Amino acid sequence: MDTVSHTGFIVESYAAAAVVVLGLIAWVVLDFRMQRRNLADLESRGVTRRSAPAGRAMQQAREDA
Amino acid sequence: MALADLANPSRFLMFANRAIPWLAGLTLIVFAFGIDQAMRAPDDYQQGATVKIMFLHVPSAWLGMLGWAVMTVGALGTLVWRHPLADVAAKAAAPIGAAFTLLCLVTGSLWGRPEWGTYWVWDARLTSELLLFLLYLGVIALWRTVDDPSRAARAVAILTLVGAIDLPIIKFSVDWWNTLHQGASVFRLGGSTIDSSILMPLFVMAAAFTLLFVTLHLAAMRNEILRRRVRTLRLMQASAVS
Repeated sequence: MDTVSHTGFIVESYAAAAVVVLGLIAWVVLDFRMQRRNLADLESRGVTRRSAPAGRAMQQAREDA
Repeated sequence: MALADLANPSRFLMFANRAIPWLAGLTLIVFAFGIDQAMRAPDDYQQGATVKIMFLHVPSAWLGMLGWAVMTVGALGTLVWRHPLADVAAKAAAPIGAAFTLLCLVTGSLWGRPEWGTYWVWDARLTSELLLFLLYLGVIALWRTVDDPSRAARAVAILTLVGAIDLPIIKFSVDWWNTLHQGASVFRLGGSTIDSSILMPLFVMAAAFTLLFVTLHLAAMRNEILRRRVRTLRLMQASAVS
């Protein structure tokens, strides 16, 4: 089997895997930052859950970081 | 912390915050070892160096199916047990499962071209795998269509249970039909047909991909819980204003 001519297929496969894996990681990290920012924004405007004392959401967001 | 305690979203968040960094570190280590083993693996006597694509293709195929299996358990948790985190787990698994199924299709095509002479054939294994990817897209679209998560969860759960029929079809398609895709060669009666010098790197890569799946799933579940908190607070804010 001519391995040289197939190197492109191998490289493309590993590149595709890198794109998919890095894309998933970026999606999870950016989504987490956005939710944390949204919670902090609501907290700064005094909106908190009934079950959570004031400042808890912000504290939770900091802990999540 | 008992497993039942994780049903509480706040306790789950505490668990996820502790577990994710450790899981991420472990995933990185196993991936580094797995890629090193994969690159050192000998060429296959028939397929040559293209066998290295198997170290990506096979784990991504397994995880594409695992994603739907997780969603199926989540669907049962939503419809039968009404577990508070069941639909969170199902929703978080969908994009991850879809990504691995897409990777399976892409690497399969890139492996198929030099081995079969074509990127694609409409045989049972490839078509049922493509159907799984389309089912994932359908579930993700359905989640986005219905605004209320609890209402969306029930509709998605039914679609997920129906779609679960595709999992045994994918697995046994190579036995039930005459396919261009090869038959089972890793887990089969009589043992694997793959030499241990190639099988071991495959198992290490499968472990790395599985750890990645678990880490991403935990992180995506954490995001979904936070998203629902944000939604609840915004609804409270809106009702307070009106």
